[in-house]
Amino acid sequence: MKLLLILPIILPLTTAAVGLLCWRSIRAQQVIGLLGAGGLLAAAGSLLHGVWQNGPMALQLGNWPAPFGITLAADLFSAIMVVLAALMGFTVALYSLATVDPRRVRYGYFCFYHFLLMGVCGVFLTGDLFNMYVWFEVMLMASFVLMALGGEKEQLEGAIKYVTLNLISSAVFLTGLGILYGMSGTLNMAHLATVLPQSEHPFMVTTVAMLFLVAFGIKSAVFPLFFWLPASYHTPPVAVSAIFAGLLTKVGVYSLMRVFTLLFMGDVAYTHTLILIIAGFTMVTGVLGAAAQGEFRRILSFHIISQVGYMIMGLGLFTPLALTGSVFYIMHHIVVKTNLFLVSGVARLLGGSYRLERLGGLSLSAPGLSLLFAVSAFSLAGIPPLSGFWAKLILIIASFKDASYLIAATALLVSLLTLFSMTKIWAAVFWGEPAVAADPQPLSGRRRAALYVPIILLALITVTIGLGTGPILTLAERTADQLIDPRAYIRAVLGSVQ
Amino acid sequence: MELVAAIVVGGLFGAAVYLLLWRTPVKLIIGLVLLSNAINLLIFLAAGLTRGKPPIIPEGSLRAAQAVADPLPQALILTAIVISFGVLAFTLVLFSRTFKTLAATHLDEMKTTDS
Repeated sequence: MKLLLILPIILPLTTAAVGLLCWRSIRAQQVIGLLGAGGLLAAAGSLLHGVWQNGPMALQLGNWPAPFGITLAADLFSAIMVVLAALMGFTVALYSLATVDPRRVRYGYFCFYHFLLMGVCGVFLTGDLFNMYVWFEVMLMASFVLMALGGEKEQLEGAIKYVTLNLISSAVFLTGLGILYGMSGTLNMAHLATVLPQSEHPFMVTTVAMLFLVAFGIKSAVFPLFFWLPASYHTPPVAVSAIFAGLLTKVGVYSLMRVFTLLFMGDVAYTHTLILIIAGFTMVTGVLGAAAQGEFRRILSFHIISQVGYMIMGLGLFTPLALTGSVFYIMHHIVVKTNLFLVSGVARLLGGSYRLERLGGLSLSAPGLSLLFAVSAFSLAGIPPLSGFWAKLILIIASFKDASYLIAATALLVSLLTLFSMTKIWAAVFWGEPAVAADPQPLSGRRRAALYVPIILLALITVTIGLGTGPILTLAERTADQLIDPRAYIRAVLGSVQ
Repeated sequence: MELVAAIVVGGLFGAAVYLLLWRTPVKLIIGLVLLSNAINLLIFLAAGLTRGKPPIIPEGSLRAAQAVADPLPQALILTAIVISFGVLAFTLVLFSRTFKTLAATHLDEMKTTDS
């Protein structure tokens, strides 16, 4: 049973290793890449099932009792994130079959793809802060390579910005970690949660909290630390953009939610209010940035920023309902945002460009794609009954209950502006005259399937979350309860030591 | 001893940030190198400096007889050194490749992906 905790790390590692062994055959790498992602999805599903049934689980690596060894731990929040990572890993791997060129596959695209998934799952599952830093580096290293793989001019330029700022973010994280260890003598998160409230220097704890806020803030692209994201996410192949957009900033959001619900609870009035203010600014700047763009993927990139604002808004309000909203929002957002990037890739294949002014008339030539885009875009903007509507509704109700009317108004306004951006894409890409330079390459049946199956799958999930909100809401509520009251998590990790 | 070490760490951080703010790639990389070294020393310092007391437990006993140096920060630093070495090696190659491809010498010349 506890083996389930390590499977989401071992499976991608094995897949990547086997893939490296068959580097000569492109076909073999594609098959292994897809099979590995499928296996990861199955493992993640059973992990979530296990955590749902039995509560938080922990695995002491090497049998060293916590807090002395490295612990892997999963509560519902971790398990949900692993499932989402695996789901995106599987759908985007399928999509990669049709969009990533053989040269990139030969240079190990699928191997680095699985190293990336390993790093992401590692961050979600670790119960130790230093171990989290190591997983962050695994993930970053793989993402650096994926970002630069292919060596196109734009890609390299984007990669420099991405690499530099992420290195600085890791440096800040490590600084905070060092000081935290000096103060408390432990890096096990559950142990820290019991030690930090008794700290002799509460103001130092808050100082370290700010270091963590900056470090994870850069990674999750919040205001004013987001500039690397729109400068780099539109440069690599679209499958890479899609998996980055779905997972990487959310790893930052996960870490923020983890440390600001478990560790830094000493001065909630200060830290969480600051997070709420940042959330407001993040939403507004992201959506305004998007309004000024004329490139499909850059518009979507700016919307990632704006959406991250919603996620940490729930953290800033810090009530059970608000956290439920955040968790719900993360689930909805990962699915929808990845899907929009996948759609942009198909639009590029059919219309020949990502520039809005060069695209047009796709609703005539590809009505199915238009429908799929509409589902995701309306969900992103929060039109009922799609998943985004419920996510935003919960957050706004939570802010009203907390008497935070300003943030509620901001969230509503930003929602409206999101709709404006989505309509802009719709009008430019799907309506209007067919683009002049459009010279669609004929797609073979199998390639068409690899392009459309992931998009249809993710669109169906969006609709399902929207129509069958009940079970998902229950899941999000229980997750929020575990975050607000982490005693079960701490007990699972520390066991009898406590 | 702690005071001297703290001043050294502060100086390294300052130098690193100063270099990062320049717009030339070489200074940026040197800044990143200094930054990672500054942090390694910081971890060492924050965990407490203990001189001449190796963490060796006598045979047959379960804990050390007297206060000894904490071995964990050294393990953390060792890991951090290895990681930063690998990452910096990658960064160096990336920068050299990029500036060859773009034929640029200055970070201000890299603005095409910003708009």
